[in-house]
Amino acid sequence: MIGESVLRLEDQPLLRGEGRFVADINLPHQLHMRIVRSHAAHGTIESIDASGSLDVPGVVAVWTGADVAAIPPIDFRQVGADQMVPYRQPILAQDRVRYVGEPVAAVFAVDPYVAEDGAEAVVVEVSELAPVLDAAGPLGDFDGRLDTEAYVFTEQTGDVDAAFARAGHVLEAEFSVGRHTGVPLECRGAVAVHHRSTRTLEFLGAAKVPFQNRDALARMLGLPPSGVVLREAHVGGGFGVRGELYPEDVLVALAALRMGRPVKWIEDRQEHLVAANHSRDQRYRLRVATDASGVVEGLDVEFVSDQGAYVRTHGATVATLAAAMLPGPYRIPNYRVTGRVRLSNKTPAGTYRAPGRYESTFVRERTLDAVAAELGIDRAEIRRRNLIGSEAMPFERGVDALGTPVVYDSGQYEMMLDRVMAHIDYRALMASLAERRANGELVGLGLGFFVEKSGLGPFAGSRVEVDPSGCVTVTTGEASVGQGFETVMAQICAEVLSVGLDTVSVVHGQTDQMSYGMGAFASRATVMAGTATHAAGVSLRRRAIEVAAEMLEASPDDLELLDGAVRVVGSPTRAVSLGAIASALGPASPHAQDRPGLVAEEWYTTSHMNYPYGLHAGVVALDPDTGSVGIERYVIAYDIGRAINPMLVEGQIVGGAAQGFGGALFEDFSYDEIGQPLVTTFMDYLMPTAAEMPDLEILLSEDAPSPLNPLGVKGAGEGGTNACGAVIASAVDDALGRPGAVCSLPMTPERLHTLCRSGGGSP
Amino acid sequence: MSQRRVELTLTVNGQRYEAAVEPRKTLADTLREDCGLTGTHLGCEHGVCGACTVLVDDEPVRSCLMFAVQCGSQAIRTVEGLADGDRLHPIQQAFWEHHGLQCGFCTPGFLMLATSVLESRPDIGDEELREVLASNLCRCTGYQNIITSVHAARDQMRS
Repeated sequence: MIGESVLRLEDQPLLRGEGRFVADINLPHQLHMRIVRSHAAHGTIESIDASGSLDVPGVVAVWTGADVAAIPPIDFRQVGADQMVPYRQPILAQDRVRYVGEPVAAVFAVDPYVAEDGAEAVVVEVSELAPVLDAAGPLGDFDGRLDTEAYVFTEQTGDVDAAFARAGHVLEAEFSVGRHTGVPLECRGAVAVHHRSTRTLEFLGAAKVPFQNRDALARMLGLPPSGVVLREAHVGGGFGVRGELYPEDVLVALAALRMGRPVKWIEDRQEHLVAANHSRDQRYRLRVATDASGVVEGLDVEFVSDQGAYVRTHGATVATLAAAMLPGPYRIPNYRVTGRVRLSNKTPAGTYRAPGRYESTFVRERTLDAVAAELGIDRAEIRRRNLIGSEAMPFERGVDALGTPVVYDSGQYEMMLDRVMAHIDYRALMASLAERRANGELVGLGLGFFVEKSGLGPFAGSRVEVDPSGCVTVTTGEASVGQGFETVMAQICAEVLSVGLDTVSVVHGQTDQMSYGMGAFASRATVMAGTATHAAGVSLRRRAIEVAAEMLEASPDDLELLDGAVRVVGSPTRAVSLGAIASALGPASPHAQDRPGLVAEEWYTTSHMNYPYGLHAGVVALDPDTGSVGIERYVIAYDIGRAINPMLVEGQIVGGAAQGFGGALFEDFSYDEIGQPLVTTFMDYLMPTAAEMPDLEILLSEDAPSPLNPLGVKGAGEGGTNACGAVIASAVDDALGRPGAVCSLPMTPERLHTLCRSGGGSP
Repeated sequence: MSQRRVELTLTVNGQRYEAAVEPRKTLADTLREDCGLTGTHLGCEHGVCGACTVLVDDEPVRSCLMFAVQCGSQAIRTVEGLADGDRLHPIQQAFWEHHGLQCGFCTPGFLMLATSVLESRPDIGDEELREVLASNLCRCTGYQNIITSVHAARDQMRS
């Protein structure tokens, strides 16, 4: 079962229109919330007049900042720091607004259309202040006291200054990656209800990190964690953005408490594009020191992360990951990086698939291309010369990420390079592209090598239980964002228990079903929850054999679990099914002995992440008349140690690549000079469609299983996205015959058209 | 602002639904709220993403851009009407077998779009099919398996 591309358990209801997404949930007597958002990028609130809104029949209440002033701002979920605390976001603006889209009032009404009518009638007067729109420019004022630099950190390993002092070659470069984000097809939403009879606040439509959000909501609302229950429904895509605790979530929960009625909020797309976390948006300056053969001796990097208007739940996650993962698969013995998390008057930012790595892979791989061009070294060859050898594993990078030292657990980097070179027939491909360029075509190849990270700890738990009919339930505190979590957990459980996949059901994201949980982020679910489920399955198997031994009056050593029953080896008809064992384990049964039920719970803890790695190779054709880029061919090699379900892994990779292409070529949250967002609909936020996607070639490998867990698995979620920006940029350079031409993303048609006209083009 | 409700009868998947809706209420919201057919999803509410695609007299329509009151005697089909009891429609079956969905949010729209094109043009070629499928947005799959699924369904439905 493990390693097989079984069809997904999740699909039947989703295909039949029987999914239960948050917007599909309705409770009797519910109110609908609509948020009034700031129209100004920066300013002080002079007045909010809600009288017109309250006159709209069906509007029940209007809240402004004053109504929620006692509720603390939303805290950091990870990578927080004291100096960032003042920059957290209140659930409604208090006296200043800091980005277009910031919640300033909440309207509650009996119908969602009426709630919108009510919101339109709220009049907000803002006295505008000059916005900060370039985070890498001069610092601005945050609150009359603090400036807009929220956090600065430096990480280093080796002796960077000495490396530069003795270096044969030094190259300086600047790079930037634009502002784009996850944009799941389902907008956000929440439904909350306060059950007075049980003194429980139930919050439906949770995603990603329900347990952490339960704790945060309980803290903010002054409730015990046990009095708050979060429930995950179907989730229409996560990508890092969805499921973080946002102001709207807290408002819905608070309103349900205060008003004694269920409250529902469903975001619309225009709101989503200005209100949900943006991401990326980093500017880099660096120096790289190499010897004459292109071996990197030192790397000295400084970058600015445009955090937008507030520091949200992720704290400095994106910046610290960018810094820690920037060196990638290369040795780079002397490395120093300074990251600056700065605020601007744009939508606040958080993580998006391959956070920090999409950006830093772009920077690192562009840098290697630049060194290769300067020293006249082939682009594949310079990578080979710098790769960390498999004999150096585990490899200590000497920097930390997410509170844990970066130690690459395993990797066969050169083997992957060889495989990809052979797959694309590198020399022949380069020759054929050169010939096409000689004939006037703008075609080129790009390469991008990277290390990902996955399996973030510190824990995941899983409980496996068999009922008297033989049905198996796996319960975890982890979460599904639509990636196939249920199928993967069921596969692992079914393999260990030797039962059919269709007998297994998987419960996730229900905070009253498990004591602890983390969630679906950082490519952790399969690694963490999968390992816990494996362990729970093994425990349950041991228990089943122990009890069956009593029932069959046989020695446990003579028993095996096969096809859902414990059988005597050699005489398989002497058997007792898992369901029968469960039946025999009632609390008063002599078999139970204070351990009723056929159930096992195990917790997997780890203080280290593991590190999958990959190599992308892409061929593009550039149209100089339109500036558009066609991706002719795209190969992704990715090693995740062990694939539980290769079909799902490939699905993750292809889907991730589409998002990577989007960030490379199309997606761009731009603003005008007064901070008005220019991208607020899907007519402006251009995501790849079927027409832009090439047929990807996926080379999935299992050369380097993780030694950190018994399954050997690493996470699969982010490797498809990671190197797309780097590779498309490299291929465009190659097509133009101008190494270093592309140093910022996205490469929109407008920018490429300008580039083509500025002396690029055919050689 | 609120408007007087209009009584109407919708025929959806062969069944009649009585509803009283404001003229401004979209077909999508009416299907979801008044008919209880929540399989039709709203991804953008401005006609770009196609998640809300339903068939009106067999033509694909963005139900977020149509008002319920615009539907008189027309026959509406939604994702709930595709399967025949336990048996999935060949297009649904193909999406299942070829991993044509991940989160499943855009899926009903793609299924209805594919249904309309394969019913009206059973011999449509690969290139044109890709162009048609580029009408809708998916954020999970990268489209590759959606295209494979619809190819497989086309071939299955032709044979």
